[in-house]
Amino acid sequence: MSGYVSGIVAILCINLIFAYGLFVPAAAGQINLGGAGFQAIGAYSAAWLSSVALLPTWATIPAAMLVAGLVGFLISFPVLRTRGVYMVLATFAFGEVVAGFLLRTQFFGGAIGMVVPAHVELPVLVACAVTVTLLSFYLMATRFGLAMRSINDDEAAAVLMGVNVRAVQVAAFTIGGAVAGLSGALYAHNFSFVEAQYFNSFLSIYVLLFVLIGGVQTAWGPLVGTLFFTLLPELMRVGGSWRYVVFGAAIVIMMTIRPQGMVTRAVIDALSPRRWTSKRFATGAVHGG
Amino acid sequence: MADNTALSISAVTKRFGGVIATDNVSFDVPAGSRMALIGPNGAGKTSLFNLISGVYSVDSGVILLEGKPIQNMPPRRRVSAGLARSFQNIRLMPHLSVVENVMLGQHVRVKGARAALAPLAWQRGNKWRRLAESSLRCAGIDVDPDADVSTLSYGIRKRIEVVRALMSQPRLLMLDEPAAGLNTRETAELSSFLKTVARDGVTLLVVEHDMSFVHDLCERTVVLNFGQLIYQGPTAGVHDDEEVRAAYLGRRRVNTEGASPVA
Repeated sequence: MSGYVSGIVAILCINLIFAYGLFVPAAAGQINLGGAGFQAIGAYSAAWLSSVALLPTWATIPAAMLVAGLVGFLISFPVLRTRGVYMVLATFAFGEVVAGFLLRTQFFGGAIGMVVPAHVELPVLVACAVTVTLLSFYLMATRFGLAMRSINDDEAAAVLMGVNVRAVQVAAFTIGGAVAGLSGALYAHNFSFVEAQYFNSFLSIYVLLFVLIGGVQTAWGPLVGTLFFTLLPELMRVGGSWRYVVFGAAIVIMMTIRPQGMVTRAVIDALSPRRWTSKRFATGAVHGG
Repeated sequence: MADNTALSISAVTKRFGGVIATDNVSFDVPAGSRMALIGPNGAGKTSLFNLISGVYSVDSGVILLEGKPIQNMPPRRRVSAGLARSFQNIRLMPHLSVVENVMLGQHVRVKGARAALAPLAWQRGNKWRRLAESSLRCAGIDVDPDADVSTLSYGIRKRIEVVRALMSQPRLLMLDEPAAGLNTRETAELSSFLKTVARDGVTLLVVEHDMSFVHDLCERTVVLNFGQLIYQGPTAGVHDDEEVRAAYLGRRRVNTEGASPVA
């Protein structure tokens, strides 16, 4: 594999894991625009544990997830007091606070950043991305996933169905924080270097766009969104700087024609082979009766 | 407090600014009964439902569910305690399938991390899914359980909402205009279905405008007007009550001293 291709695959894996970190809360109706903050926490935790505490990667990566998950848990309480656009602003502010803190803290290298000695190879990234993807599908198939989806659909009615909305949202935000932290830890160990400037608001916006444009109704959304928006700019490299214009236009068009995302439950249903057979069966039953 | 009272409302008052939604309302719903709650538009029927189910908190008064005060419980605890409701405007989850909507109703009955983390969407034979499917069949709803709820007719969706409410195994089922928008045949089917539900020991409290449905289903009726209780007693007696007739049809103007035009 050429360096170019392996570089793209690496960033694809990291972005995909990151996207699932934003998808889990989004599936429960919470928009997190501070994703880069959680990724930075994961990246810097892994970087510090690796370069200063000299821990091996099998310890730094889970520890980074734990730290980012814990921060997600603690942040979820004030964030869940906000609604709609205010939640977007609160999480955005959180991301900015983290980036600003890391940039100004000499303990974490300040503007110079940190070198990460332990390196993680591409197959590990791919394995992690596949695992996170499968676990996200699994989560959405559980009753917990059903509760998350019901909150996203109609929070007030979900409350009256007996769903503990607060608990589900706190859990979703915590899981999302830990997963975004994982993406940061993998970034740190694969790129061998972290700097606060990388974890900026553009990154938060881009990856949130992958999730929202991919669709939050099913776990297919982040997968399709991330693949599409990571590979599309690469495919358009021939167009030079114009590719950014085309990319931006593609986002606007997507949001106009499919505000619910590229992949919805109805799309998955229509494509599912089981659905075809059960539909035929149902039609037969109607004719028979 | 008698043991055989499912729901007891005493002196429940709720104000929204200057508007009084329910004004010192008190009545009991006997266990196992089928009771109607009627009144003109804006009488406070849905407000009372919202107070009982916990959407709103009461300003004053006590609500007892089988003898236990519930007026300060969060809504989901009231569901666990045995209260379920449907909505005037259908509130099925638009992006969940029929069977997923019904399974959502089971939420408070599912205990433990293992049940919460079983991948029920992948398990066609999962016991909760089978229970949901058989409940749909029992209610005479013959649709593809994986169908999108938005593709179904109004009457079917209305009945799915009743099945969903029943999935929490309530002791008291509150239905907000269950027959609105149903045709004559669907209304008759709903009525006979609800009678079998009541026969299984579920107490019914039904807000409804369709009086023939109310007469068919409910033996007792409570009438609200401008937030005040103006009648409680047998459904058969509602039409003969002066106060109720006045509320619906207007009072014959005998004296006009209180009705001087506003300058």
